[in-house]
Amino acid sequence: MTQFLSLLLNGISLGVIYSLIALGFVVIFKSSEVVSFMHGSLLLVGAYSIVRLQDPLGFWGGALAGIAITGILGLLVDRLLLARMRGAPVISLAILTIGVDIVLITELTRLIGPDILNINHPWGGQVLHLGSVGITANRALAIVVAAVLIAAFFAAFKYSNWGVAMRAAAEDGEAAALMGIRLGRVSALAWVVGGVLAAVAGLFLVGSPTPGVTPAVAAVALRAFPAAILGGLDSTGGALVGGLLIGVAESLATGYQDQLAFLGRGFGSVVPYVVMIAVLLVRPSGLFGTRELTRV
Amino acid sequence: MLSVREMHVTYGGTVRALRGADLEVADRQVATVLGSNGAGKTTLLRATSGTLRLHRGRIDSGSITFDGTDLAGKDPAQIVGMGIVQVPEGRRIFTRLTVEENLRAGGLGSRDRAAKATAERRVYDLFPVLADRRSSRAGLFSGGEQQMLAIGRGLMANPKLLLLDEPSLGLAPQMIGRIGEVIREIHRQGTAVLLVEQNATMALAVADTAFVLDIGKVSLNGPAAELAATDAVQRLYLGHGATEESEHGPVDTGASATNPPRTTRTLSRWSA
Ligand SMILES: Nc1ncnc2c1ncn2[C@@H]1O[C@H](COP(=O)(O)OP(=O)(O)OP(=O)(O)O)[C@@H](O)[C@H]1O
Ligand SMILES: [Mg+2]
Repeated sequence: MTQFLSLLLNGISLGVIYSLIALGFVVIFKSSEVVSFMHGSLLLVGAYSIVRLQDPLGFWGGALAGIAITGILGLLVDRLLLARMRGAPVISLAILTIGVDIVLITELTRLIGPDILNINHPWGGQVLHLGSVGITANRALAIVVAAVLIAAFFAAFKYSNWGVAMRAAAEDGEAAALMGIRLGRVSALAWVVGGVLAAVAGLFLVGSPTPGVTPAVAAVALRAFPAAILGGLDSTGGALVGGLLIGVAESLATGYQDQLAFLGRGFGSVVPYVVMIAVLLVRPSGLFGTRELTRV
Repeated sequence: MLSVREMHVTYGGTVRALRGADLEVADRQVATVLGSNGAGKTTLLRATSGTLRLHRGRIDSGSITFDGTDLAGKDPAQIVGMGIVQVPEGRRIFTRLTVEENLRAGGLGSRDRAAKATAERRVYDLFPVLADRRSSRAGLFSGGEQQMLAIGRGLMANPKLLLLDEPSLGLAPQMIGRIGEVIREIHRQGTAVLLVEQNATMALAVADTAFVLDIGKVSLNGPAAELAATDAVQRLYLGHGATEESEHGPVDTGASATNPPRTTRTLSRWSA
């Protein structure tokens, strides 16, 4: 039982990180119909910037600067590349993001080299004990920060002008344009939000119990992709639920891998995809999705 | 106020939708553009609202000015800012948003909070149905209510000129009459209206001036009352011996009750 609770809690802490990434993903898809395959590298850019900037700026300054840089990178990708390709097939846009991803990952891999870089989180590798259940301070904080960010996000999505503009543009871009809503601005802002959320996720993802910043982190981040898909690629609520589901499933599969040995070692890391496929078989447009992946 | 001169528009470089259209809307006037399917009515409105680009269309030649300012090259948001708002064909309300949110979206083109509050009151006064159900999802509304919401949403940016694209589309005669009244009221409150219609009966009844668009060109124009009396309009648009059928299914023209069987009129729709 203790093991179960512990795996559940750690699964949730991993899940909220996935949720953050998946939310950015969904917001970008809703506003610009672009499936961002570069979210893994975006996250890695965030984590790497924080590592490099924490020496001159200190942890907090480095974290803020790294998060800002990632948001700006998202903005640049949207303004410099995607905005010029408006109207291109959705597939071309997705492939463009794959291209950017490869470029970024290659460069980051070179920069990081064989080392494992560490972010000096002030909370370090401490472990908190809730009764007999343990969780690292890093992951506990991830839950708190993610909860605050996700709540803020949903409030903005529901009540702010930005949220109304975003939802209107997502439903009918032309009608939104006729109201004077600037579609370019809506998608630019979505990319900033996507970048910022990815960087925050990165900040926690490279902390204890995960080893520091390595190129492999980008692949871990990509597990938020099945999270977004199984939630329904155009559903913000789905991103949240999908992230949690994937996080918990992964944590349980890894924790019980001895019992699941017949499925093979390392089953934990494929679980996100297995869960996604299972959900899509039953509900092709995801748990809360309203439309097919490829819209016309 | 709005002046369109020798307007030529093509889609995708090949489909010629407007071929030298001329049109003039005077201050505080209701003007109507009649024409059958594919005549170029919607294209004319898109050229005005700056949304041709979203359809891979472009102005090849001709000019379009609003109070003397050239509209070509302006983006939709700038045009809304200048006081021109288009209510699109087929309503296109945001079905997943509530009535209130739809109206809020309609006001996003302007920053003036006080003006928006006034506009919102105006809309709710004009359409009490909406006021009663402001937090319902718009997708649950009937066709007539959705059209009212679409018009209300368009009024939120306080336009000087409201462009309406076939507001009677798919509505029952009684509701069409109601839309006609609404247009009169909006006009009385000081907003000019450019009304695109296939329902000539309603349109000619509310408009001051009328234009007949035929394969991308204005073939007839003049005071609405005079135009209503001409043979051509009687025959082609008021159903005396002719009718049209919308691609969206049969459109109740409102005049059908008094004008029984009619033959189908064919205009060269695929004009490319
Ligand atoms: N997005 C588009 N791409 C290509 N051609 C188009 C497009 N929209 C309209 N057209 C063509 O331009 C011409 C004029 O179309 P438009 O929609 O302006 O007509 P309309 O008078 O509004 O017709 P309706 O009464 O059916 O709404 C038609 O030949 C039409 O096929
Ligand atoms: Mg039309």
